Amino acid sequence: MIFDVTRIRGDFPILNREIRPGVPVVYLDSTATSQKPSAVIEAMDTFYRQSNANINRGVHTLAEEATAFYEAAREKVAKFIHAPSPRQVIFTRNTTESINLVAYTWARANLKTGDLVILTEMEHHSNLVPWLMLKTERGIRLEFIPVTEVGMLDLEAYRALLNQGPKLVSFTHMSNVLGTINPAAEIIRLAHEAGALALVDGAQSVPHFVVDVQALDADFLAFSAHKMLGPTGIGALYGKTKLLEEMPPFLGGGDMIKTVHLREFVPNSLPHKFEAGTPAIAEAIGFGAAVDYLTTVGMEAVAAHEHDITEYALERLEEVPGVKLFGPGAQDKGGVAAFTFDGVHPHDVAQILDRDGIAVRAGHHCAQPLHEKFGIPATSRASFYLYNTKEEVDKLVEGIYKVKEIFG
Amino acid sequence: MDDLYREQIIERYKNPQYRGHLDPHDIQFEDDNPLCGDHIEITIRVDGNNKVTEAAFEGKGCAISQASADLLVESIHSKSLDEVKRLNKQDVLDMLGIDLGPVRLKCALLSLKVLKAGVYGLGEASDDLVE
Repeated sequence: MIFDVTRIRGDFPILNREIRPGVPVVYLDSTATSQKPSAVIEAMDTFYRQSNANINRGVHTLAEEATAFYEAAREKVAKFIHAPSPRQVIFTRNTTESINLVAYTWARANLKTGDLVILTEMEHHSNLVPWLMLKTERGIRLEFIPVTEVGMLDLEAYRALLNQGPKLVSFTHMSNVLGTINPAAEIIRLAHEAGALALVDGAQSVPHFVVDVQALDADFLAFSAHKMLGPTGIGALYGKTKLLEEMPPFLGGGDMIKTVHLREFVPNSLPHKFEAGTPAIAEAIGFGAAVDYLTTVGMEAVAAHEHDITEYALERLEEVPGVKLFGPGAQDKGGVAAFTFDGVHPHDVAQILDRDGIAVRAGHHCAQPLHEKFGIPATSRASFYLYNTKEEVDKLVEGIYKVKEIFG
Repeated sequence: MDDLYREQIIERYKNPQYRGHLDPHDIQFEDDNPLCGDHIEITIRVDGNNKVTEAAFEGKGCAISQASADLLVESIHSKSLDEVKRLNKQDVLDMLGIDLGPVRLKCALLSLKVLKAGVYGLGEASDDLVE
């Protein structure tokens, strides 16, 4: 299939929205959440109109259908990340919950006081706070792979940290601020050589390029549907079968049990063991439709388009006097451009851009320690996905010149 | 919306009239807006009748947060602490002369929150102070 951004834009109803009369939306905030194609919206709508029922229990037709659709979605998601089996894909609420699942089950069963977990300085709070909580509760140690001036991980420092015998290396595949795509396969290989497991935060990678859990040899991969054209409220955790089987259950309740007696219970088999209570059924179906959509377009084509846009955006932004970009060059990063603009707070930049319908994010993007490292409280962040165009980048640049006019 | 960056706000942001840290002071309080990292510290001197004789703020953040701090600090000069305690959200919005959505409102009201927590002598600044 030939990549045709105009045709793709036609699949996203919200991109026709005018923020104010005559001012079309320029959506440059997909790193926060992506927009949804009609296929996803309709899949969920159709489910509620035609097949809605609870899954796994009923024997009536609707329940059978709902269960089949839910499990088909799991198969699609599993295939998308090249998981050996759909049983290794646990549906969660989002990346955050997926990481917490590992922190509450595997980590609490396997880590004791003084055990080391290695993170990086560029983590989103979702891959930092669960471990800080475990540090408070259990006295585990945390060390961080440093981020260099240009926004890459310092792998020499990582090798040195590995000599301290970590139990787990948990890291982001792609920074949501710097855009840096980390060398996940190498980080994982080195972790394994040191006897540690590796958890990959794939919130920004799975939506934007091919992620193959088997090629990476990842022990865990966490990601969210809403950043990859799917609905909010559903995400996934992939794990190696042996690990998932040995881990204690997470939340207790219906569906996650095989048998229950008043004084004991036996947990269910994978993946249900980790899915207590009625899950987000329609959202899972939407997630499946999102994966279908991305698969049809082709993830190589998505990545290539984003690379083009990002390269162009970095070039254009660099030309603007007063703009300072963060993170590596386009060759080492995904579709993210975080920047500061001389003397103007990022909130003000974002607010003025909003007048022209341009949606960017301002703040620390849930990566406060990273901003502290660079000595800035916040950045403005434009991010790109398969539906963005170079014309939109031009509008962004024009908008920044307007900010300059207003602030003089 | 177009009024958001009225000249007065940009002017106050660029050339605040009451930036500083009073030492010594009778009242001091500071707080952050965790969502965006805005920071405001307010220091106040009062006379024997609990009237504000001098006040100043330090801080960093967006134009809205810094301009509102400057305007707020200006407004409390020669007010009694009881009057200061009665200041509310609408007073700040009136000073700024703009309407704000829920996110930017937090930027605008950080200084009021800090001010009231300081004047009430509270340990921490609660959002209830600015309702």
